[in-house]
Amino acid sequence: MATKHSKAAKQFLRNVQRAEWHDNTLWGVRVKRDRMSRTLPEWEQLREMASAIKKHTLSHLDTYLEQFSSNAQRNGVMVHWAADAEEFNGIVLEILKSHNIRKLVKSKSMLTEECEMNPYLEAHGINVVETDLGERIIQLMDQKPSHIVMPAIHLTQEEVGELFEKELGSEKGNSDPTYLTYCARKSLRNEFLTADAGLTGANFGIADTGEIVICTNEGNADMSTSVPKLHIAAIGIEKIIPDYKSLAVFHRLLARSATGQPTTTFTSHFRQPRPGGEMHIILVDNGRSSMLADNVHWETLKCIRCGACMNTCPVYRRSGGYSYTYFIPGPIGVNLGMARDAKQFSDNVSACSLCCSCENVCPAKVNLSEQIYAWRQSLKDIGRASSVKEAMSLGMKTVFDRPALYNTALKCSPLINAAVSGMGLLSVQLWGKGRDLPEFAKESFQTMWKKGKVK
Amino acid sequence: MTGKENILTKIRDSRREKYPMSSFDELSPVQYDDRLKQFMETVRFVGGDAVLLEPGQDINQLIRSIYPDASLIASSLPYVTASLDPDTVSEASDLNGVDVGVVEGKVAVAENGCIWIPQTMKERAVLFISECLVIIIDRKDIVSNMHQAYERIENPGYGCFLSGPSKTADIAQALVMGAQAARDVTVIIR
Repeated sequence: MATKHSKAAKQFLRNVQRAEWHDNTLWGVRVKRDRMSRTLPEWEQLREMASAIKKHTLSHLDTYLEQFSSNAQRNGVMVHWAADAEEFNGIVLEILKSHNIRKLVKSKSMLTEECEMNPYLEAHGINVVETDLGERIIQLMDQKPSHIVMPAIHLTQEEVGELFEKELGSEKGNSDPTYLTYCARKSLRNEFLTADAGLTGANFGIADTGEIVICTNEGNADMSTSVPKLHIAAIGIEKIIPDYKSLAVFHRLLARSATGQPTTTFTSHFRQPRPGGEMHIILVDNGRSSMLADNVHWETLKCIRCGACMNTCPVYRRSGGYSYTYFIPGPIGVNLGMARDAKQFSDNVSACSLCCSCENVCPAKVNLSEQIYAWRQSLKDIGRASSVKEAMSLGMKTVFDRPALYNTALKCSPLINAAVSGMGLLSVQLWGKGRDLPEFAKESFQTMWKKGKVK
Repeated sequence: MTGKENILTKIRDSRREKYPMSSFDELSPVQYDDRLKQFMETVRFVGGDAVLLEPGQDINQLIRSIYPDASLIASSLPYVTASLDPDTVSEASDLNGVDVGVVEGKVAVAENGCIWIPQTMKERAVLFISECLVIIIDRKDIVSNMHQAYERIENPGYGCFLSGPSKTADIAQALVMGAQAARDVTVIIR
């Protein structure tokens, strides 16, 4: 019955110190988010508006996409459409090849992770350099991000120190974060200056102006696109919003929700290629239009990838990003994984206590836990329900549907107390793993009522 | 069908129930009585500094007093003394090594310290590649919130809302200023 998630979580929890640090640090980010949200009396109103803007845009997505692409083209940007990951990777490679690009600097983009673009380009001889510090660290370690906003949150500064010693020639034994950051700065500065092209994701696409908006704290998306002449931007089709008026709402929500900052340091608006340069925007579907057609789960598309649901999730904080089988972890990752391939990623739906905290912090009001619950209900249909749980549910149904049987079972229930303590029965049962059975009362409420014991 | 038509057709086939656009009428966003004071406080909160240019004070002297060790200053502003001009360098990479970049901001936002900097120079790299950045704004251009800011800005092709120095907390969540771009940002308010 143990899912891949629960097994991996168990591994993660073996290192008690690290697990505690992970839990506390992410909770700290959640607390910062709360503090920041309380500085705005209109916070809840903004969340409501963000949700309404997304629902409106998604339900008119064809119109807004056409508006976005024709405005972008009018701005002198080349617009491409990719139905899936394969097509996306192919378009990127073609653009790079036609410009004889050998080295690409890249800012953080979950979409390129989704499409597994880096290994594809590398296989075709392109040197891809991640420039977000966290992404660079995990790239040098040959790992994957364990959080969508804080990709290297699973690593200690000592581990980064050792890595930089080997890869960047930093001082032996020096794991001071400021020192290590400056080592990376120096090394990446050289990459920016010698790269032939920059690739970015995008946080928003503005239909009204045809521009894309990118939010970073490091300024790496801007470094990647202000030195090389060629800029390629990858954007999921659900990232389109109508106009600046809408953007103001999301701008105010994004960083406050993500890291508890009033804004990201850089909110960059790319409307035209820079003087003497060239700009391409690739609009990527890769399953999004199918999600839109799903009546139960389409609202997952409202997500703006702030990561607040991960920071608040008691399961994510105590199990780490790598315990999930989908590349995006946490509540949003559970849902996106199921939307991607329910059979393949069904192990993650158990990674939820249905506490609903994620729904209460989500800036776009995605009903994350409600959707996880709905996915769980569909496990049987896709043949991924646990057979043990199925048998138990059937047993419970049999008992609860028959009053006489239920009453008999109830009368016998105090015997279980003895059975549990006497024989350690529960410990051998799968259901009992990680659960404590409450002690059954000697008399049921019904019996007490009939005897007049209940006043 | 082209890739574009395929995607648009799939979207249309989803026949999603249509939702109306959010109303903006009921929103009364945060307003500050003293926008200047709030803006200066927020700039410091995000790790930058804000100074007032007093009437009659020379801006070049002020910059020099803040960054006395700067040897290479880059600016395309006619009233700023600079040894490098982002308008006339042949490549963006020529700006590498600049100690202080000086630019103008058009709209400043009290709630989050953002300053709108449209690309008016040929090489916008000056905004990011400089070790330190000076942004000059007029106090009349300070608004309370982002809604007001987005009503005012104009984007000539590229523009950035910049708030404080480049920062990261990617190593063990320890906050470090100067991740990739300017380590230090001073806003001069005139």
